[in-house]
Amino acid sequence: MAARKPNEARIVITGIGLAAPNGNNLTEFRKSLLAGKSGIQKFNVRYMGDVLAGICHFDPLKYQKKKDLRRGTRAGSIAIYCAQEAIADAKLDLACLDKSRIGVYLGITEHGTVETENEIYEIKQFDYDVKYWSHHHNPRVVANNPAGEVTLNMGITGPHYTLGAACAGGNIGLTQGLQMLLLNEVDLALGGGVSESTGSFGIFAGFKSEGALASHPDPEKACRPFDKDRNGVVVSEGGCIFVLERLSDALKRGAKIYSEIVGYSINSDATDFIFPDKERQIQCIKLALNKAGISPEDIDIINTHGTGTIEGDPVECKAIRELFGEYPYAHINNTKSFIGHTMGAAGALELAGNLPSFEDYTVHPTINLDHLDPECPLNNLVINEPKKIDKVDYILNNSFGMLGINSVVIVKRFEE
Amino acid sequence: MTKEQIKDTILEIIAQIIPDEDLSNLKGDIPIREQVELDSMDFLDIIMELRKRYGIEVPEDDYIQLATLDSSVAYLEPRMREL
Repeated sequence: MAARKPNEARIVITGIGLAAPNGNNLTEFRKSLLAGKSGIQKFNVRYMGDVLAGICHFDPLKYQKKKDLRRGTRAGSIAIYCAQEAIADAKLDLACLDKSRIGVYLGITEHGTVETENEIYEIKQFDYDVKYWSHHHNPRVVANNPAGEVTLNMGITGPHYTLGAACAGGNIGLTQGLQMLLLNEVDLALGGGVSESTGSFGIFAGFKSEGALASHPDPEKACRPFDKDRNGVVVSEGGCIFVLERLSDALKRGAKIYSEIVGYSINSDATDFIFPDKERQIQCIKLALNKAGISPEDIDIINTHGTGTIEGDPVECKAIRELFGEYPYAHINNTKSFIGHTMGAAGALELAGNLPSFEDYTVHPTINLDHLDPECPLNNLVINEPKKIDKVDYILNNSFGMLGINSVVIVKRFEE
Repeated sequence: MTKEQIKDTILEIIAQIIPDEDLSNLKGDIPIREQVELDSMDFLDIIMELRKRYGIEVPEDDYIQLATLDSSVAYLEPRMREL
């Protein structure tokens, strides 16, 4: 076991704000995950017609004016909603906080794609005359936009930036927040990830051209990781932002503590633009376990990254089998089967959906798994129905992305 | 367009740009930006909307002519009369 750290060096989650295709807060999201309720629907995309996507249904006017919505981006709007909800959930009063000591760190898969496509579409009707190109374009597409919109909306004057990390972004935003707290750069971190990818026809078309865009007559059955009939990714929008604090600060104010972040790791495959690498995934999981000072047998729940692609799912399953095969204690699930791939938000959102397991001792399932792919067998894969288990002390969350970026986060049941 | 129609058009464009503001009591002879929250980027939206909808180009030196509702109508009337 690792040496006991002082409370100033222990980082805890004290607030959660989220927007998922099947829930506008953790209570709703968790309820949907336990009830098997999908958030995937038909969605009309420019040039492509109806595709399948996960769309969020939160009220953006809860925290923004109509003018803010017109001027900003969907990612900014999702980020503002999540950040405000997280602060409220943490029972913090922004007016009483030193806003220069709050940092905003958001993982993104991409940003600017949606806005650029929209502008090109707009000037097309003017024969591509660029004098019709919007003066709002640059502030909308700068990579820090979603985090910057949070600071504008909430008057936060500490650091803000995004972390471009493909589909590992959510875990990495969370990790960055933790690291900045450990470095004493901030006293409160808003860390997580967001995605507005459903606004871009190019993202859907790109997956389609790769042969990796999911299709199914029933939208709710389209995302089916580990099933032998899976046929690709369902693109979704979403967001999840955590309030992170040093344990010493959280205890001082009597905060509700969801969990302690004890392990985290990021590495690179250095092998391929899109195909994952089992060895580096194993290495990444081991790094996180080492940082947490625990072994594979200590993990109770593994939330898989599995996106439902033919190529990707078996690689992660092999990595998990190699590491956890001898220790068949961990129960394994997948959140994308409900909400699709929320891209930059995925790591954070999928972790959030599993945190209530510390209280209800229930593992939400992987849905749409009718015929397990022989390439994807896993011990204790929780299939289609939630499962009660006796012990939930550690949850491990995988999140991997294109260009071979891997990230793992391990959270622990909070104990003083 | 008549002067009244031009005024209604300007008000409609402003309402689209700052949808949270109440424009019902906007006075014609006082600078618009003194009466409602309308910043320089919003102002550029008015210029862009005139360009997109009516092909009207307002040179930067003439932006001052659009300071009040009345001066806007006076400035745009020769350009929108035939629309």
